Amino acid sequence: MSLFNVFNISGSALNAQTIRLNTTASNLANAESVSGDAATVYRARHPVFKTMLDDSATDADGMASSAGVRVLGIVESKVPPLMRFDPSNPAANKDGYVYGSNVNPIEEMANMISANRSFATDIEAINTARDLLLKTIAMGH
Amino acid sequence: MFDNIFGIHESALLLHGQRLSVLANNLANADTPGFKARDIDFAAVLSQTDTDSALPLTVTSPGHLATNAGGAESADLKYRNPYQASLDGNTVEMPVEQAAFSENNVRYQASLGFINGRIAELQFAIAGT
Repeated sequence: MSLFNVFNISGSALNAQTIRLNTTASNLANAESVSGDAATVYRARHPVFKTMLDDSATDADGMASSAGVRVLGIVESKVPPLMRFDPSNPAANKDGYVYGSNVNPIEEMANMISANRSFATDIEAINTARDLLLKTIAMGH
Repeated sequence: MFDNIFGIHESALLLHGQRLSVLANNLANADTPGFKARDIDFAAVLSQTDTDSALPLTVTSPGHLATNAGGAESADLKYRNPYQASLDGNTVEMPVEQAAFSENNVRYQASLGFINGRIAELQFAIAGT
Protein backbone atom coordinates (compact mmCIF):
# COMPACT_ATOMS: atom_id res chain seq x y z
CA MET A 1 0.00 0.00 0.00
CA SER A 2 1.77 3.06 -1.28
CA LEU A 3 0.00 5.49 1.03
CA PHE A 4 1.94 4.01 3.96
CA ASN A 5 5.19 4.89 2.15
CA VAL A 6 4.41 8.55 2.76
CA PHE A 7 5.02 8.05 6.48
CA ASN A 8 8.50 6.63 5.82
CA ILE A 9 9.38 9.19 3.15
CA SER A 10 8.19 12.27 5.03
CA GLY A 11 9.44 10.82 8.32
CA SER A 12 12.97 10.55 6.91
CA ALA A 13 12.70 14.16 5.74
CA LEU A 14 11.59 15.29 9.22
CA ASN A 15 14.64 13.55 10.67
CA ALA A 16 16.98 15.19 8.12
CA GLN A 17 15.51 18.65 8.73
CA THR A 18 15.85 18.15 12.49
CA ILE A 19 19.55 17.40 12.08
CA ARG A 20 19.87 20.53 9.94
CA LEU A 21 18.12 22.58 12.61
CA ASN A 22 20.44 21.11 15.26
CA THR A 23 23.59 22.07 13.36
CA THR A 24 22.15 25.57 12.82
CA ALA A 25 21.48 25.90 16.56
CA SER A 26 25.02 24.71 17.30
CA ASN A 27 26.48 27.18 14.78
CA LEU A 28 24.51 30.13 16.15
CA ALA A 29 25.41 29.21 19.75
CA ASN A 30 29.10 29.14 18.84
CA ALA A 31 29.07 32.18 16.54
CA GLU A 32 31.00 34.23 19.08
CA SER A 33 33.36 31.57 20.42
CA VAL A 34 37.07 32.36 20.11
CA SER A 35 40.32 30.46 20.38
CA GLY A 36 44.01 31.35 20.45
CA ASP A 37 44.73 28.69 17.84
CA ALA A 38 43.28 28.63 14.30
CA ALA A 39 43.19 24.82 14.35
CA THR A 40 40.90 24.50 17.39
CA VAL A 41 38.44 27.30 16.76
CA TYR A 42 34.80 26.35 16.10
CA ARG A 43 33.92 26.02 12.42
CA ALA A 44 30.39 26.15 11.02
CA ARG A 45 28.91 22.69 10.43
CA HIS A 46 26.42 21.82 7.71
CA PRO A 47 24.66 18.54 6.95
CA VAL A 48 24.81 17.03 3.44
CA PHE A 49 21.49 15.62 2.23
CA LYS A 50 21.26 12.63 -0.08
CA THR A 51 18.27 10.93 -1.68
CA MET A 52 17.62 7.47 -0.27
CA LEU A 53 17.23 4.94 -3.06
CA ASP A 54 15.03 1.92 -2.61
CA ASP A 55 16.69 -0.68 -4.85
CA SER A 56 13.99 -3.26 -4.22
CA ALA A 57 11.41 -1.09 -6.01
CA THR A 58 12.41 -0.24 -9.57
CA ASP A 59 10.05 0.96 -12.25
CA ALA A 60 9.70 -0.21 -15.84
CA ASP A 61 12.93 1.54 -16.94
CA GLY A 62 14.94 -0.04 -14.12
CA MET A 63 15.12 3.34 -12.41
CA ALA A 64 15.21 2.98 -8.64
CA SER A 65 12.29 4.81 -7.11
CA SER A 66 13.66 6.95 -4.34
CA ALA A 67 12.18 6.75 -0.89
CA GLY A 68 13.03 9.69 1.30
CA VAL A 69 16.16 11.53 2.25
CA ARG A 70 19.05 10.90 4.62
CA VAL A 71 21.98 12.84 6.00
CA LEU A 72 25.15 11.62 4.30
CA GLY A 73 27.39 13.39 6.80
CA ILE A 74 28.20 16.72 8.38
CA VAL A 75 30.92 18.86 6.85
CA GLU A 76 32.83 21.74 8.44
CA SER A 77 33.00 25.04 6.60
CA LYS A 78 36.32 25.71 4.83
CA VAL A 79 36.07 29.50 5.27
CA PRO A 80 39.22 30.69 7.15
CA PRO A 81 38.48 31.84 10.74
CA LEU A 82 38.61 35.54 11.47
CA MET A 83 41.83 36.66 13.15
CA ARG A 84 41.70 39.82 15.24
CA PHE A 85 44.02 41.68 17.61
CA ASP A 86 42.63 41.44 21.15
CA PRO A 87 45.48 41.19 23.69
CA SER A 88 43.13 41.57 26.70
CA ASN A 89 41.27 38.39 25.77
CA PRO A 90 42.35 35.50 28.02
CA ALA A 91 42.28 33.18 24.99
CA ALA A 92 44.72 35.36 23.01
CA ASN A 93 47.96 33.76 21.80
CA LYS A 94 51.41 35.13 22.62
CA ASP A 95 51.19 37.77 19.88
CA GLY A 96 47.83 39.00 21.21
CA TYR A 97 45.61 37.56 18.45
CA VAL A 98 42.41 35.54 18.84
CA TYR A 99 40.63 33.52 16.16
CA GLY A 100 36.86 33.88 15.89
CA SER A 101 34.58 31.17 14.47
CA ASN A 102 33.71 31.33 10.76
CA VAL A 103 29.95 31.11 11.37
CA ASN A 104 27.93 33.48 9.20
CA PRO A 105 24.84 34.30 11.34
CA ILE A 106 22.83 35.61 8.37
CA GLU A 107 23.40 32.42 6.42
CA GLU A 108 22.44 30.41 9.49
CA MET A 109 19.19 32.35 9.98
CA ALA A 110 18.25 31.76 6.34
CA ASN A 111 19.06 28.06 6.80
CA MET A 112 16.90 27.94 9.90
CA ILE A 113 13.89 29.45 8.11
CA SER A 114 14.34 27.06 5.18
CA ALA A 115 14.52 24.03 7.50
CA ASN A 116 11.43 25.27 9.35
CA ARG A 117 9.43 25.60 6.09
CA SER A 118 10.47 22.18 4.84
CA PHE A 119 9.61 20.61 8.20
CA ALA A 120 6.12 22.16 8.09
CA THR A 121 5.58 20.91 4.52
CA ASP A 122 6.54 17.36 5.46
CA ILE A 123 4.22 17.42 8.49
CA GLU A 124 1.45 18.55 6.13
CA ALA A 125 2.18 15.62 3.79
CA ILE A 126 1.97 13.17 6.70
CA ASN A 127 -1.32 14.69 7.90
CA THR A 128 -2.79 14.44 4.39
CA ALA A 129 -1.74 10.81 4.02
CA ARG A 130 -3.19 10.01 7.44
CA ASP A 131 -6.52 11.64 6.58
CA LEU A 132 -6.73 9.77 3.27
CA LEU A 133 -5.86 6.44 4.92
CA LEU A 134 -8.49 6.91 7.63
CA LYS A 135 -11.08 7.75 4.96
CA THR A 136 -10.04 4.67 2.97
CA ILE A 137 -10.34 2.46 6.04
CA ALA A 138 -13.86 3.84 6.61
CA MET A 139 -14.83 2.95 3.02
CA GLY A 140 -18.42 1.74 2.76
CA HIS A 141 -19.56 3.13 6.11
CA MET B 1 -21.07 -8.06 -13.35
CA PHE B 2 -19.34 -8.07 -9.97
CA ASP B 3 -15.77 -8.25 -11.26
CA ASN B 4 -15.92 -4.60 -12.18
CA ILE B 5 -18.23 -2.99 -9.65
CA PHE B 6 -16.18 0.15 -9.17
CA GLY B 7 -15.17 0.67 -12.78
CA ILE B 8 -12.25 2.99 -13.40
CA HIS B 9 -12.30 4.33 -9.83
CA GLU B 10 -10.58 1.27 -8.41
CA SER B 11 -7.45 1.75 -10.55
CA ALA B 12 -7.69 5.51 -10.16
CA LEU B 13 -7.63 5.21 -6.37
CA LEU B 14 -4.53 2.98 -6.46
CA LEU B 15 -2.80 5.32 -8.86
CA HIS B 16 -3.64 8.41 -6.80
CA GLY B 17 -2.21 6.65 -3.76
CA GLN B 18 1.02 5.99 -5.67
CA ARG B 19 1.21 9.52 -6.96
CA LEU B 20 0.82 10.79 -3.40
CA SER B 21 3.98 8.97 -2.30
CA VAL B 22 5.90 10.17 -5.39
CA LEU B 23 4.91 13.78 -4.64
CA ALA B 24 5.69 13.32 -0.92
CA ASN B 25 9.13 12.13 -2.00
CA ASN B 26 9.60 15.29 -4.06
CA LEU B 27 8.65 17.40 -1.04
CA ALA B 28 10.98 15.37 1.21
CA ASN B 29 13.91 16.02 -1.15
CA ALA B 30 13.23 19.74 -1.60
CA ASP B 31 16.63 20.56 -0.04
CA THR B 32 18.68 17.69 -1.52
CA PRO B 33 21.33 18.89 -3.99
CA GLY B 34 20.99 17.34 -7.45
CA PHE B 35 17.59 15.75 -6.80
CA LYS B 36 15.28 15.70 -9.85
CA ALA B 37 11.56 16.01 -9.15
CA ARG B 38 9.44 13.20 -10.62
CA ASP B 39 5.78 12.61 -11.29
CA ILE B 40 3.45 10.00 -12.74
CA ASP B 41 1.89 10.68 -16.15
CA PHE B 42 -1.56 10.01 -14.79
CA ALA B 43 -3.61 9.86 -18.00
CA ALA B 44 -1.07 7.61 -19.76
CA VAL B 45 -0.85 5.09 -16.91
CA LEU B 46 -4.60 5.05 -16.31
CA SER B 47 -5.28 4.36 -19.99
CA GLN B 48 -2.98 1.31 -19.75
CA THR B 49 -5.05 -0.06 -16.89
CA ASP B 50 -8.35 0.59 -18.65
CA THR B 51 -9.41 -2.92 -19.63
CA ASP B 52 -11.94 -1.63 -22.18
CA SER B 53 -9.28 -0.14 -24.41
CA ALA B 54 -6.70 -2.91 -24.08
CA LEU B 55 -7.73 -6.56 -24.32
CA PRO B 56 -6.43 -8.55 -21.32
CA LEU B 57 -4.79 -11.95 -21.80
CA THR B 58 -7.03 -14.83 -20.85
CA VAL B 59 -5.72 -16.96 -17.98
CA THR B 60 -6.83 -20.58 -18.43
CA SER B 61 -4.27 -22.39 -16.31
CA PRO B 62 -2.64 -21.66 -12.95
CA GLY B 63 0.75 -21.59 -14.72
CA HIS B 64 -0.25 -18.62 -16.84
CA LEU B 65 0.89 -15.20 -15.83
CA ALA B 66 -1.88 -12.67 -15.42
CA THR B 67 -1.47 -9.32 -17.12
CA ASN B 68 -0.85 -6.44 -14.86
CA ALA B 69 -4.16 -4.73 -14.13
CA GLY B 70 -3.37 -2.74 -10.99
CA GLY B 71 -1.08 -0.23 -12.63
CA ALA B 72 1.23 -0.66 -9.63
CA GLU B 73 4.35 -1.83 -11.48
CA SER B 74 3.67 -0.08 -14.74
CA ALA B 75 3.49 3.41 -13.26
CA ASP B 76 6.17 5.18 -15.28
CA LEU B 77 7.92 7.90 -13.38
CA LYS B 78 8.76 10.92 -15.51
CA TYR B 79 11.07 13.78 -14.64
CA ARG B 80 9.40 17.11 -14.17
CA ASN B 81 10.40 20.03 -16.40
CA PRO B 82 11.35 22.80 -13.98
CA TYR B 83 10.51 26.44 -14.64
CA GLN B 84 13.89 27.33 -13.21
CA ALA B 85 16.23 24.77 -11.65
CA SER B 86 18.30 25.64 -8.60
CA LEU B 87 22.06 26.16 -8.89
CA ASP B 88 22.65 22.94 -6.95
CA GLY B 89 20.77 20.93 -9.61
CA ASN B 90 17.61 20.45 -7.56
CA THR B 91 14.43 20.72 -9.67
CA VAL B 92 11.86 20.64 -6.86
CA GLU B 93 9.72 23.77 -7.00
CA MET B 94 7.78 23.99 -3.78
CA PRO B 95 4.65 25.78 -5.08
CA VAL B 96 4.34 23.40 -8.04
CA GLU B 97 4.71 20.34 -5.83
CA GLN B 98 2.33 21.64 -3.19
CA ALA B 99 -0.30 22.45 -5.82
CA ALA B 100 0.07 18.97 -7.36
CA PHE B 101 -0.09 17.42 -3.90
CA SER B 102 -3.34 19.10 -2.92
CA GLU B 103 -4.85 18.45 -6.36
CA ASN B 104 -4.01 14.76 -6.00
CA ASN B 105 -5.53 14.81 -2.51
CA VAL B 106 -8.84 16.11 -3.85
CA ARG B 107 -8.85 13.59 -6.72
CA TYR B 108 -8.17 10.73 -4.32
CA GLN B 109 -11.13 11.78 -2.20
CA ALA B 110 -13.29 12.11 -5.31
CA SER B 111 -12.46 8.52 -6.35
CA LEU B 112 -13.17 7.39 -2.81
CA GLY B 113 -16.50 9.23 -2.95
CA PHE B 114 -17.50 7.45 -6.17
CA ILE B 115 -16.61 4.07 -4.63
CA ASN B 116 -18.55 4.86 -1.45
CA GLY B 117 -21.55 5.89 -3.57
CA ARG B 118 -21.41 2.61 -5.45
CA ILE B 119 -21.25 0.64 -2.20
CA ALA B 120 -24.24 2.54 -0.82
CA GLU B 121 -26.13 1.88 -4.08
CA LEU B 122 -25.45 -1.87 -3.88
CA GLN B 123 -26.36 -2.02 -0.20
CA PHE B 124 -29.63 -0.29 -1.04
CA ALA B 125 -30.28 -2.81 -3.81
CA ILE B 126 -29.55 -5.74 -1.48
CA ALA B 127 -31.46 -4.53 1.56
CA GLY B 128 -34.23 -2.79 -0.34
CA THR B 129 -34.58 -0.03 2.24
